[in-house]
Amino acid sequence: MSMAGTGGTPRSFQEIILRLQAYWASKGCAVMQPYDMEVGAGTFHPATTLRSLGTKAWAAAYVQPSRRPTDGRYGENPNRLQHYYQYQVLIKPSPPDLQALYLGSLEAIGIDMALHDIRFVEDDWESPTLGAWGLGWEVWCDGMEVSQFTYFQQVGGHDCHPVSGELTYGLERLAMYVLGVNHVMDMPYNDPDAPIRLSYGDVFRQTEEEYSRHNFDAATTEMLLRHFEDAEAECARLLALPAEDPKTGKRIIMAHPAYDQCIKASHLFNLLDARGVISVTERQAYIGRVRALAKQCADAFVQTDAGGWAA
Amino acid sequence: MPDLLIELFSEEIPARMQARAADDLKKLVTNGLVEAGLTYAGAAAFSTPRRLTLAIEGVLANSPTLREERKGPRVDAPEQAIEGFLRGAGLTRDQLEERDAGKARVFFAVIEKPGRPASEIVAEVLEGAVRNFPWPKSMRWGTGSLRWVRPLQSILCILTTEAGAEVVPMSVEGITAGNTTEGHRFMGKGRFAVASFEDYAAKLKQNRVILDPAERADAIWAEATSQAFANGLEVVEDAGLLAEVAGLVEWPVVLMGAIDQAFLGLPAEVLQTSMREHQKFFSVRNPKTGRIERFVTVANIETRDHGATILAGNQKVLSARLSDARFFWENDLRTVKNVGLEGMAAGLASVTFHNKLGSQADRVARIEALAREIAPLLGAKPDLAAEAARVAKADLQSEMVGEFPELQGLMGRYYAAAAGHDDGVPEACEMHYKPLGPSDEVPTHPVSVAVALADKIDTLTGFWAIDEKPTGSKDPYALRRAALGVIRLVLGNEVRSRFAHSLIDPTIRSLNASMGEGEVLFLPVRSHSGEQSLASVSAYTRSAFPDIATKDTINLDATCFAIRNAEADLIEGDRPGTAMQSREIAPIGSLISNLLGFFYDRLKVYLKDQGIRHDVIDACLSETDSTPSAGLPANDDLMLLVKRAEALAAFLKTDDGENLLQGFKRAANILSQAEEKDGVEYSYGADVKFAETDAERALFAALDQAEGTIAPAMKAEDFAAAMTAMAALRAPIDAFFEAVQVNTDNAVVRRNRLNLLSRIRTICISVADLTRLDG
Repeated sequence: MSMAGTGGTPRSFQEIILRLQAYWASKGCAVMQPYDMEVGAGTFHPATTLRSLGTKAWAAAYVQPSRRPTDGRYGENPNRLQHYYQYQVLIKPSPPDLQALYLGSLEAIGIDMALHDIRFVEDDWESPTLGAWGLGWEVWCDGMEVSQFTYFQQVGGHDCHPVSGELTYGLERLAMYVLGVNHVMDMPYNDPDAPIRLSYGDVFRQTEEEYSRHNFDAATTEMLLRHFEDAEAECARLLALPAEDPKTGKRIIMAHPAYDQCIKASHLFNLLDARGVISVTERQAYIGRVRALAKQCADAFVQTDAGGWAA
Repeated sequence: MPDLLIELFSEEIPARMQARAADDLKKLVTNGLVEAGLTYAGAAAFSTPRRLTLAIEGVLANSPTLREERKGPRVDAPEQAIEGFLRGAGLTRDQLEERDAGKARVFFAVIEKPGRPASEIVAEVLEGAVRNFPWPKSMRWGTGSLRWVRPLQSILCILTTEAGAEVVPMSVEGITAGNTTEGHRFMGKGRFAVASFEDYAAKLKQNRVILDPAERADAIWAEATSQAFANGLEVVEDAGLLAEVAGLVEWPVVLMGAIDQAFLGLPAEVLQTSMREHQKFFSVRNPKTGRIERFVTVANIETRDHGATILAGNQKVLSARLSDARFFWENDLRTVKNVGLEGMAAGLASVTFHNKLGSQADRVARIEALAREIAPLLGAKPDLAAEAARVAKADLQSEMVGEFPELQGLMGRYYAAAAGHDDGVPEACEMHYKPLGPSDEVPTHPVSVAVALADKIDTLTGFWAIDEKPTGSKDPYALRRAALGVIRLVLGNEVRSRFAHSLIDPTIRSLNASMGEGEVLFLPVRSHSGEQSLASVSAYTRSAFPDIATKDTINLDATCFAIRNAEADLIEGDRPGTAMQSREIAPIGSLISNLLGFFYDRLKVYLKDQGIRHDVIDACLSETDSTPSAGLPANDDLMLLVKRAEALAAFLKTDDGENLLQGFKRAANILSQAEEKDGVEYSYGADVKFAETDAERALFAALDQAEGTIAPAMKAEDFAAAMTAMAALRAPIDAFFEAVQVNTDNAVVRRNRLNLLSRIRTICISVADLTRLDG
């Protein structure tokens, strides 16, 4: 059985993840775990969104399950999933050799730089819901986009000083390419020689079906709308409380709990969108409301220790 | 004299920005050097994905010493004055010179600015260039505050003489200039030092970088065409893609691959667009069948398997993309077969075109009405033009155009044919967007021309009506392009029509008709000139302009262009609530003439490119010779206008034309001076019996003859004949001025001569208003 970090071509989806974890750990990143909430992308993890704010140095890498309800295809489309994985790396300040570090990670998962054509193609990143943007590239390997490479310039409406470098790998797509698989459900999830051999489809086909039905047709829109309003109100309420905790007398700004509500609102919006109940004009308004929450959370976070606040 | 070499090495620069950036670097540095007194012999700039390079030959080794003398106050001037002078000159008292100046002794300051070495100046200029570089988008990185397009990694800056190369000492935000760089990211052999531009370019090549983008583009094209040729195929030309691809690689490696049989049934344009937009592939065509059968991709690396892995990967990505395209194509075909293009177009009702101009469906209805109305002018059957207009924008609702917006029109053509439309309708779906620029093809099929004109005129009139005209560099709705499109459609198809009458006026009615029941945008009534066409607006439609109609009076006012440009008095209705019920507004003519003015401006720009000066157009736009009718401008037949301008431009290039113009101007000047002095207008009553000289009599005869020829020639639109007749006046006018003093003492003779000059003016102006010509 091949092990993470050993050379050669990986043989399974999980081996690619393990190798990335080992690689970025060896480069000094804190290997974190996925955030325990539904998010649309790895960027939403507070380890990226909030930690890219303020002056404190940071280096983290993690897998983040990501949900895009509108992309559900009942497990039938070879490339589209409503639930998929991103591998996310955030380093602040962005090191001068970040491109080389990134290329090293591709080598770690078995991409031979002498055989493949790796290119950095202009692709600026913007997240209207997070009030964030940056400049960078999509990275192509033999014409296929395998990663997103971004230098954050602004998050939650705040200029980033110092600038974080963010790497996002679309794990399924990257793995399918490395493993030479044409349909995501056929991809080996664990080692193909394992006694109980599992494909990606063994693990996820059924959930793709269930969530596709749920996201498109079954989720109760009135409830989703209500929850959206609740999350929005709760976020604002938490942030409006005085910084000093009456019980402990400590200065405790609840930036993270508030941000949880922002994440919730964002996912609820995505579900409502998938249910088709948001019109084109309303769409912009909802995005604006989530952005307002993200901005308030960012404002709060920079008032905290981790956000570089000093009394 | 030294040569200067600069390289700014960074992470990957977006391909679309490279050429401009190289140019900007050249301008910033060379301008800076020259300003500081450093002239140079020649400069060339280059770019690759990772570097901007500037090579300047023959730079002065030092800037010249400058000496400046300033005269100061008198020696006995008040202390303050002298001190002020010293401050200004940056000198002390003992450095001043005393000199005799007239009667007094005066201080002189002699300020000498010693020349400076090139390296010092280059360091300053380069730092300024880096800090103030005009990137369209720039960023910060790490902990720094310097902005560059992507992180700037190193600077190479050397001055080279016979004695060798010297690094220019400079640094920007911790990046210190040196004499080293690196080659290709994967094939280069680490950093290396360079001693001159030649050395630099040669070592780059050894390290697998072709510095010159033009050389990379040439290499790509040569290799691609030769590989295609070897297979009996041809590469579809695409200059934009070639430039882009040349900006994505430092060492181009051309690879040709096959497209899976399963996708060869897709329209060629779909294959081409998908491959170009997503993959930056060139299309390779079989010249016998016209089908796209292969692709060319350009890699940035040579590999031991000769690109086999790269090609296989690219092919795989392409197949995934084309599966999507085929899926859209099949779905769209199913839709048009089931519900027709009209069915596909149904969704346009929920697509807003502009919140003040209604939905796309409203717009399509207006275009349909207008196309039907103008069809006879263009030799098209009204029903066909209307049918084409009705379905021309259906493809905006197709899945394919949703994915590839640039295929709008073209997919319409395919889908119209698939839905059974014929007789120029499918063609109109594609062509009605054209021409999209000064060099784009102009539709010629009458049905296409009808829809194309209706589309553009509806756009222009609509945006004019809501006062969204282009201003300065802002033209978000591409109205200048639309106007140019109309001009090229009219001229290219020799469309003879009174522009305002036949095209704009019906559009306004069509705008009105698309507004709901009882609601109109403009309504022709009576004009101030007493003929007709005063617009009285009862209201905008609620259906087309819901925002305005229900709440927003400010927008309402902004919307009513005609109101704001009122020549007539506003009678009532500026307040909310009352605004919609009744409102008398300005003549519709003011909207039309303003829009026509815009057309004339675009026409001038267009004709200037054809070598016709703007004043020549102005001369032909003059309305002094014609009777305005119906409150609309008289000279609104663009075709006629251009013919006349061309004839005038040709005439002015002849010897006769030029001299006649001088004679005319002389006559007009004498006349207007006399009219001003005497306070009367000389316009009538020149009589040959008061003529005193033969030259005078000859001019009378010549004018009679010219008049007799010009009037019918103008009527017959034979401008060349009218100009020739006018040219015949040249000799008699010259002879007249030679022989005769206009302002003679004899009052009767003087008046007669002035009236004669007035005839010259009148006759010439009936051909073209020569007073408007420059020179």
